[in-house]
Amino acid sequence: MPDDSTHGGGEHFILDGKALPDLVQSIINAGYWLIGPAVRDGAIIYDEIKSCSDLPRSMTDTQEAGTYRLQQRSDQAWFGFNTCAQSLKPFLYPPTATVCRATREKQGYSITGPTSDTTKMAFLGVRPCDLGAVLIHDRVLADGEYADESYISRRENTLLIAVNCTEAGNTCFCASMEAGPKASQGFDLAMTEIIENDDHYFVVEIGSQKGRSVVSTLSLASATKEQVLQADRRIRPAAEQMGRSLDTSGIRDVLVRNIDNVYWDSVGRRCLSCGNCTLVCPTCFCSTVQDVTDLTGAEAERIRRWDSCFNLEFSHIHGGSVRHSPKARYRQWITHKLAFWHDQFGTSGCVGCGRCITWCPVGIDITAEAHAIREHDLQAAPVKEKTEV
Amino acid sequence: MENTLNNTTAQQGHAVGAMVPRPHVIKRVRRDTKDTFTIELVGAENPTGMFFSPGQFNMLYAFGAGEIPVSISGDPTKTKRLIHTVRVVGPVTRALRVLKAGDTIGVRGPYGTPWPVEKAEGSDVVLVAGGIGLAAIRPALYYLLANRNKYGKIALLYGTRTPADILYRSELESWRGRFDLEVDVTVDRGDSSWWGNVGVVPMLIPRAQFDPLSAVAMMCGPEIMMRFSVMALRKQGLTTDNIYVSMERNMKCAIGLCGHCQYGGRFVCKDGPVFAFDSIVDLFNKREI
Repeated sequence: MPDDSTHGGGEHFILDGKALPDLVQSIINAGYWLIGPAVRDGAIIYDEIKSCSDLPRSMTDTQEAGTYRLQQRSDQAWFGFNTCAQSLKPFLYPPTATVCRATREKQGYSITGPTSDTTKMAFLGVRPCDLGAVLIHDRVLADGEYADESYISRRENTLLIAVNCTEAGNTCFCASMEAGPKASQGFDLAMTEIIENDDHYFVVEIGSQKGRSVVSTLSLASATKEQVLQADRRIRPAAEQMGRSLDTSGIRDVLVRNIDNVYWDSVGRRCLSCGNCTLVCPTCFCSTVQDVTDLTGAEAERIRRWDSCFNLEFSHIHGGSVRHSPKARYRQWITHKLAFWHDQFGTSGCVGCGRCITWCPVGIDITAEAHAIREHDLQAAPVKEKTEV
Repeated sequence: MENTLNNTTAQQGHAVGAMVPRPHVIKRVRRDTKDTFTIELVGAENPTGMFFSPGQFNMLYAFGAGEIPVSISGDPTKTKRLIHTVRVVGPVTRALRVLKAGDTIGVRGPYGTPWPVEKAEGSDVVLVAGGIGLAAIRPALYYLLANRNKYGKIALLYGTRTPADILYRSELESWRGRFDLEVDVTVDRGDSSWWGNVGVVPMLIPRAQFDPLSAVAMMCGPEIMMRFSVMALRKQGLTTDNIYVSMERNMKCAIGLCGHCQYGGRFVCKDGPVFAFDSIVDLFNKREI
C-alpha cells in the first residue's frame, strides 16, 4: 500500500487535553468524514464524530470471554476504553458492496463495474491492534496479484490517528502478536494520552505528511525528550496488564502438524458455528456474492457480502460441504488465522485485539485453544516447560 | 502451425474491474449427456478470442442467477471460440442450460494454473479423468496431439458412471482409432449395450502403456478417484512430483480475495486448480480441509 508514513522515530508535539476539540475541528475542516470511538447501544464502537462531545469521555469497558460491559472511569480520559466492539473493518471493507450491475439491452446485456468511493475518511482513536489489522488488510486486499480496487481507493483517502494504549483489557493480547500496545507504523498521527494530577495532555507523534498538515494549523509546542519518555513509560504497563497471551513461537508448524489432533473434537463440541468471531475479527476478509434482480428482470446486481468460514455453505461444492463438522470449521478458522496466513501473506492474521474472545457467546478463547493444541501436540518435544496462559 | 502457450495469468496483474464479467455471445449449444452441455462463446468485445493455457478456468455469469467456475474445455490453439462443458448441478448451471444461440453469458478469466504440458515434453503422459473432469483434461490432450512429436506414449484413462454418461463420445471413439494414443474407458455400471470395462478408473492404470520412470500424470475427477489413482500410479513407480491433480473448492471471486477456495495455505483459484501432487500431499488425505 503506498503511503508516506514514516516508521517510528517521528517528531513529537504536545496537544493540551483542552485543545482536542481544535484537532477534531481541524480534521473536519480538512474535508474528512471523522470516525472515532462513541457510545452506541451500551458499547463503544467506531462511529461518526461531529464534535468531542461524541467521544466516550470518562468511559471504559470491561471485557471477558463472552462478556462486555461499559463502565464509568474516575478520570476525564477521552480515550480510556480498551477496544471498540467493532474494528475499522466496516468502514474500509464494508459488509456489503456492489460488485457489478447488468442491464438488459435489445440484444443481450451490458455489465458495468462499481463507481469508486472517494469519501475522505479520518479515524481518530485507532487502537494499535486495529491499525495493525488495517496494515494486514493492505497486504490481503491491495498488495496481491489481484486487488480490491474499492478498498484501494478508500485507503488512499484515509487518515489514521492512532491512540496508544496505556491500559489493557482482560481479553487483550496484542503484545504477544507484536501489534501493540504502541503504534509503530502505518499511522498519520499517533497520540498518547497522559493524565497526571491536574495535567491532561497528549504526546502527538507525526507519522506522515498528511498527519503533519492536519496539526500544522494548531501551532503545537514540540514535546521535550522527557515528555516523549513519559509517554513510553505510560504505554509499557499496558503490555503487562493484558489479560491474555499467546505463545507464537513455531505456532504455524504446531497447528499444521496437528490437523488430525483429536483435541479439535473438544472445541467442535463447544463451538456454535455462529460466526461472531469472524464478524468482529478485524482481519477476517472472506466474502460471498449475492445476485439480485429487479421485478422486471431488466436489471441485475451482484453484491459482495462478508461471509464466514463457520457457515456450512461456505465450503459447499457439488456433493456437499467440504467442512461439514463444526470442529473442521473452527480448525479452518484458527489454522488460517495463526498458521496459513503466514504462507499466504507473510504475517500472522491475528493482532491480539481479543474481540473473538469477548464476543464468542460460549467464551471460546483463541489463546486457550492455541495453547491446548500445543499441550496436546502429537510431536512435541518430550520435556517441555508449560507456559502459563 | 507453431503451438505455443500464452501465459495469460501472469499478464493480468491489477486488472481494472477484475470482478466484472465481460459479455460473450453464445454461438452454439450442444447437449452432451442428460446432465451436461457444451457452449461455444464469442466475446462481444474481443473477436480474437481468449488465449488460455490447458487446465485454466473461467467464471461464467448467468444474468441475475450468479457466477460459477468452469474449466475451459476447448482447444488452446483455436481461440476464436471459447468452449465450456457444463454439468447441471445448481441454480446457476440450470440458468445457463436454458440459454440458446444468440444469448449472452458473462465471462471472466482465464484463471488458475495450467497443466504441465511443457514440463512433460519428452515424457510419456498419462491423463486420468473421472466424469466431468474430462472437460478439464481435454485442452491438455488437444495440446499434446497438436505437438505429438514432442511426447512419448500418451494414454487417456477415463471413467464415468454409466455408458450414457460418457462425455465427448464420438471424439473419444475417433481418438481410440489413433495409433499414437491409447484410450481406455470404464463405467461404474454397465448396461446391455456396453461391452467395455466395468469398474473404477484406478483399475485402468496398471495395464496402461507408459514408462513410470519418465511419465507425467495429469488427473481431474472426484477426490476419491484421484486418491486411489495416485495410489495406483505410485504402485507403478511414478513419483509424486510427476503427478498433477486439479482440485475443486467453492469459489466466488477466482482472484484470491473471497477466501472460499482455501486449501490449507493455498488458494485453489490462483495457486491451483492444478497442483503438483507433492505440493499438497500433506493435506490430500486429510478430511474436511
